[in-house]
Amino acid sequence: MPHQAPDVALGDHPPAASAVPAVRLRGLRKNFGSVTAVDGVDLDIRPGEFFAMLGPSGSGKTTVLRMIAGFEQPTDGTVELGGQDVSRLAPFDRDVNTVFQDYALFPHMNVARNVEYGLRVKGVPRAERRRRAADALRSVRLDDYGRRRPSQLSGGQRQRVALARALVNRPKVLLLDEPLGALDLKLRHEMQSELKQLQRDVDITFVFVTHDQDEALTMSDRIAVFNAGRIEQVGTPQEVYERPATAFVAGFVGTSNLLGGRAAEAVIGMAGLFSIRPEKIRIDGDLARPAGPGETVATGAVTDVVYAGAILRFEVALDAGGRLSVVRQNTDGVPGFTDGRVRLTWRHEHNFPVTGSE
Amino acid sequence: MTFSRTTRRVLLVALALGLAVIYFPLLVVFLNSFNSDTTFGWPPGGFTLEWWGRAAANDGALAALRTSVEAGLAATAIALVLGAMAAFALQRYKFIGRNPISLLIVLPIALPGIVTGIALNNAFRTILGINLGLFTAIVAHATFCIVVVFNNVVARLRRLGNNLEEASMDLGADGITTFRLVTFPMLRSALLAGGLLAFALSFDEVIVTTFTLGAGLETVPIWIYDNLFRPNQAPIVNVVAVVLILASTVPVYLAQRLSGDSASGGRL
Repeated sequence: MPHQAPDVALGDHPPAASAVPAVRLRGLRKNFGSVTAVDGVDLDIRPGEFFAMLGPSGSGKTTVLRMIAGFEQPTDGTVELGGQDVSRLAPFDRDVNTVFQDYALFPHMNVARNVEYGLRVKGVPRAERRRRAADALRSVRLDDYGRRRPSQLSGGQRQRVALARALVNRPKVLLLDEPLGALDLKLRHEMQSELKQLQRDVDITFVFVTHDQDEALTMSDRIAVFNAGRIEQVGTPQEVYERPATAFVAGFVGTSNLLGGRAAEAVIGMAGLFSIRPEKIRIDGDLARPAGPGETVATGAVTDVVYAGAILRFEVALDAGGRLSVVRQNTDGVPGFTDGRVRLTWRHEHNFPVTGSE
Repeated sequence: MTFSRTTRRVLLVALALGLAVIYFPLLVVFLNSFNSDTTFGWPPGGFTLEWWGRAAANDGALAALRTSVEAGLAATAIALVLGAMAAFALQRYKFIGRNPISLLIVLPIALPGIVTGIALNNAFRTILGINLGLFTAIVAHATFCIVVVFNNVVARLRRLGNNLEEASMDLGADGITTFRLVTFPMLRSALLAGGLLAFALSFDEVIVTTFTLGAGLETVPIWIYDNLFRPNQAPIVNVVAVVLILASTVPVYLAQRLSGDSASGGRL
């Protein structure tokens, strides 16, 4: 996983907001027949940002990406690129390039011809496009692969060819549709940091679609969380993870506990729905100890212990009603609590009110 | 799945018998084209190339071959253009009546030839007032040759999806450039396979041809039929039959290799 500065303050926005967003979506809507895939999306993506559109399948994120690329016409609303309304322009008239989920490399051309395709159709002279294609292949560490056919490459190599083929055109915005979805886990982690590094080097706005919250959290400057054709929350990974705005975000980005109804009133002392991250909760068997300052306390019974190697996960049924999942590092092995009775403590500020229902 | 040794032997014998029923008679035709014994008894007598030489000098057989090649090439050309266009329209665009039209395009290959033949004959002569000739046979052949081209191209388009074309447009190529640099190259082998099948289909067609070919003209299979029972022509008929077999099977073999395992074009 890429390094992250340990103490980044919440809400610490990367690159200062520039006047003209790289991508601006206003009231974007898309119907397929009677199905509404995208239901009113407003979004500003800043120049140079590594931006993730995160959501479950069918949440509309890919349709939004395809409307930015020009493969789908919005039913309503506008797409602006660098301040220019491109809503009605064909894909070949837009200064964006796409890395497709299945890479869509041309099977009848070798790697070098694939990479120089964009330059070729724009009439760049042969010598220059050869040179730029070679440069692009070098930037993805595939210097000697120009003469191979796409079918002779591994998944990871195809992915890098697809990147080179898009980046060689120096688009203002690069769109990536589930770019790492087809790779195995180890390769995916490698490519995550490689993509991040590449994006810093080329200084192009990256917009990528993913359903993988880890990927979104580790790679992006900001995340838009999609659900049912709408954006639930836009923010930095820290904002989205630490302060989920809705119950959906709390549940989709990382795992989360939700406490509501009578249990919330009894434990937290307030009505409403609250999200509490499992790793923020401490678990011990010291039932008698009162709450410290700024602490929320609840008692309950362990119903299940999941052993996951590096961590242990406890499922706890609260005496006040409701259930909490608690994650603890496997520092001392699996503890035995008397009769399975436990005390849970966490700091008040980790109770996040969210909208939505349990 | 594994079989016992006995089962495997029984299955092998069944396979050999099945193939023998189909191919042994053809092999006999092939051997007889080199058989020096004109009674064609079994086993064959000596070896000779005389029949091949006589066939090569037989005006009727040569004229029939020319007619067949002309009809085959022309029908294939029509089938390639119309079949490919129909495949594009039906595979890439959604419109009302798409499925019925698709069925109507494929149907001619399943229609009884005798009915198609009589119907076309009637339409050409009495309704359109066209005299039967090579042209009418070409049109008749094209009606079912289109089907194999259409099937091949539809299968290829379906397998290709829209991704490559989208990628091309994304990289800045307009529709025409995309067709030239991506779509057509990806379709080329499907067109070739469809074309070969269409040619083979036209080349050995008899029934529709008898009703649509002009008087005085003969295609290869019709020439064979006409000469089959003339005793002095029998040896040459064997030669022409071998030519017909090759002209019909080699394209099918090539087409199958070109279109991979995906579709032999639904040759019925």
